[in-house]
Amino acid sequence: MNKENNLYTVLFASLMVVVVGSILAYLASALSGRIKENERFEKQQNILYAMGVNENEDEGSVNFIPTDRVEQEFSSYITEQLVIEGDKITKDDQAYLIDIKKQLDLLKNGETPKLPVFVGEKDGETYYIIPMYGKGLWDAIWGFMALDKNMTVKGVYFDHKGETPGLGANIKQRYFMDDFSGETILNGDRYAGINVAKGNNDPLNDIKDDNEVDALAGATITGNGVSSMISTTVNLYKDYFESLRNKG
Amino acid sequence: MALLSKKDANLILDPLADNNPITIQVLGICSALAITAELKASIVMALSVVFVLGLGNVVISMMRNIIPSKIRIIVQLVVVAALVIIVDQVLKAFAYELSKTLAVFVGLIITNCIIMGRFEAFALGNGVWRSFLDGIGNAAGYGLILIIVGFFRELLGSGTLLGFQVLGDPIAKTGLYSIGYENNGFMLLSPMALIVVGLLIWVQRSRNKDLIEEN
Repeated sequence: MNKENNLYTVLFASLMVVVVGSILAYLASALSGRIKENERFEKQQNILYAMGVNENEDEGSVNFIPTDRVEQEFSSYITEQLVIEGDKITKDDQAYLIDIKKQLDLLKNGETPKLPVFVGEKDGETYYIIPMYGKGLWDAIWGFMALDKNMTVKGVYFDHKGETPGLGANIKQRYFMDDFSGETILNGDRYAGINVAKGNNDPLNDIKDDNEVDALAGATITGNGVSSMISTTVNLYKDYFESLRNKG
Repeated sequence: MALLSKKDANLILDPLADNNPITIQVLGICSALAITAELKASIVMALSVVFVLGLGNVVISMMRNIIPSKIRIIVQLVVVAALVIIVDQVLKAFAYELSKTLAVFVGLIITNCIIMGRFEAFALGNGVWRSFLDGIGNAAGYGLILIIVGFFRELLGSGTLLGFQVLGDPIAKTGLYSIGYENNGFMLLSPMALIVVGLLIWVQRSRNKDLIEEN
């Protein structure tokens, strides 16, 4: 058969598309269960990490609760999962599966988003953990922030899809995330969030009430993305936080 | 080498030095600039490319007699893309952590010109075993440069290697930092990757004058 005639070319292309397409489709459906499970575990690990439940050994390590234990630990530390929808607050044990990105899209279209809050209990203290989602330099960034009822940050976890290795990707390093602990998101009565600031003259992060943490060198846009992600999210939860503070 | 004939061994050894895809053929520069700010990322990228190029060359070489030449570039693209997606999906299911590290590279692997270059220049015209060796060799040559560049950029830019602070702690001023050494943040930006690659090209050509092109 002549390899160069048009019929052969078209047949070859169609066959190739069918073969490759079926392989990929089969693989995607065969593996989707495991992939979903991995993603679920990851969310639980991240939420627990933000409230300080992790297996960090030294100053540099970021170690999550291993996947085989995470489900159990998650249900023992997280006492309540709430969904805020407008004025309505409901309990929902699957709240951690809510895709915050989709909810923010709803908000953009003027609809009421479902905002999850995870209430955790550790060493007699209550933590309120909220998910965050925003934009870095190249792609999405997201994370979780654990607060106490006075709006002091107890811990954060950040992650990203494609920030530059060595620069923006360092938002998920310990030395960056740990700086947030102890900072307050309040400025007087205003929900200011926390600014990733370049010139705050506080590289050791001793000043905890300035709403600022030291920025990463060479990662201005990722840092700005983190700042705006925090302030956007915090303002979404403003009413809920206000009710927590008034409860005393 | 008993395992490989001399000709076959050269398929692997040549691209490591005198026919290196980056420093001699100047292919695959884009990913070499993009991801070499950290040694770990360089190593992961190097291994991914070894895998994809080795396997891709085999697939293309097996199909070389039935691919219509009019659409061969598209066929090559489909093969790389499918391979990369398969690897990505399998890792997501069985090695989730690793797949997250790799996520950044998936797009970069598909567009890596070394891969298309080897398919086009070698696998389409050679047998399966030789194509496999050629793929491994070229990917290793590419990976070698990546790792060298990554080593210097991370060491001089962040003072770390694979995340370990080998030069002391820059904030607490220990080790080298106690005598006034500072990290050069410029090393982390892409222009310095280009300059480091340039220096490698210079070193290689000054050691082996045969490699210098005549104008």
